[in-house]
Amino acid sequence: MWKRDEAVRQPAVPNNEAAAATAQAASPQVARPDGIKSQNERGVVNIGKSVVIKGELNGSEDLTIEGHVEGKIELREHVLTIGPNGKIKAELFAKAVVVLGEVKGNITATEKVDIRENGAVDGDITAPRVAIAEGAHFRGSVDMANKGKPATQSQNQAKPAGPVVDARPQQPAPQAVHTQSQPGQVPQGQRVGV
Amino acid sequence: MLWDPRKGRNDVAATAATLTDDGQVFPTKALRKFLGSLTSREAPVLMDLGPVVGANVSFFGERLGCKIIVEDLFGDFDRHSRNGGTPFAEKLEGRLSHAPGSVDGILCWNFFDFLDPAAAHVLAASLIEVLRPEGAVLAFFTTVAAPDARFSKYMIVDENTVKQKPYTGGGKKQTPIRNRDIIRMFEGLKVSESFLLKTNVREFLFRKPPNEVVNE
Repeated sequence: MWKRDEAVRQPAVPNNEAAAATAQAASPQVARPDGIKSQNERGVVNIGKSVVIKGELNGSEDLTIEGHVEGKIELREHVLTIGPNGKIKAELFAKAVVVLGEVKGNITATEKVDIRENGAVDGDITAPRVAIAEGAHFRGSVDMANKGKPATQSQNQAKPAGPVVDARPQQPAPQAVHTQSQPGQVPQGQRVGV
Repeated sequence: MLWDPRKGRNDVAATAATLTDDGQVFPTKALRKFLGSLTSREAPVLMDLGPVVGANVSFFGERLGCKIIVEDLFGDFDRHSRNGGTPFAEKLEGRLSHAPGSVDGILCWNFFDFLDPAAAHVLAASLIEVLRPEGAVLAFFTTVAAPDARFSKYMIVDENTVKQKPYTGGGKKQTPIRNRDIIRMFEGLKVSESFLLKTNVREFLFRKPPNEVVNE
């Protein structure tokens, strides 16, 4: 079972503040830092429903957002989950993005974007794999050819400022599923003279 | 349920009218040719006027390497019919804000069946404008009027088969458009293929002539 590197922890700082630090909410306008909870055993930071962030959010941990964020979110090496209560008006950059709430803005992922049932995205998606569930709402474009590589973003911006280590074992990237055609099916119909 | 060619047209029409939540599978002849027009391009851009369907995104994105633009005009129309306000034709003006000639293929499904003539002409003109030369438009048109039809989602099963599932809203008037009116509506495009299926659906595949040469 994975255990967070003890060196990462700051014993004198309560969990909530440590999580806030690792989440790197660069914006000075984090309205309620006490609403940011760290679930250290899972290595997931959770931004609660009451939190409103305006500005730029960088991180080096998986992050779940249930609150409101406006601006830009970057988790280049990690999974960003927009929870059912999350309302995002921002550009998103992450390894993988899972949407159960609302997103207005473009999403770029290096691995996958997953819009679940009742999730809503209004913006353009760039990712090598995109899954959209029945009941999800989406308006925008999907580009799977650019493999989620943003052209304008510097890699340096994605680096964490603090000595945060994510020691979880990496999952192998699942293979893309391709739809197979069923040969031999001949549709019935007749040509119409027009 | 696969369409049974042994059944008469009326049986099939009755089945279509009672579209279940599980959907209905039916054959298509024009889709294969539409896909052929896309695969002849490198990194084609596809516009889908219908609601997003995950299977279609995978099909076009992963298998054909398309960039997919989902417009969901069905959703717009449903909201408009519930909320009212300005005529839908006016709402469609400038709704497709894409560069002229930037789209390689357009999937209209059966959206035109639900539009009044003014809205249909505005939309057709917008589609013609955003379509690149040699690009293709696939549209389905009913031959049977239905006063209380439901919108459908169309899911591509394979290049010969489409699955139709009920989508949002109901109680929409579905009106058949005459062939000559369809052709007039898409003036500037050539009718590349047209099929009348035993499901009472007419499939039209339009192509834009190269270098903006108007159909003569």
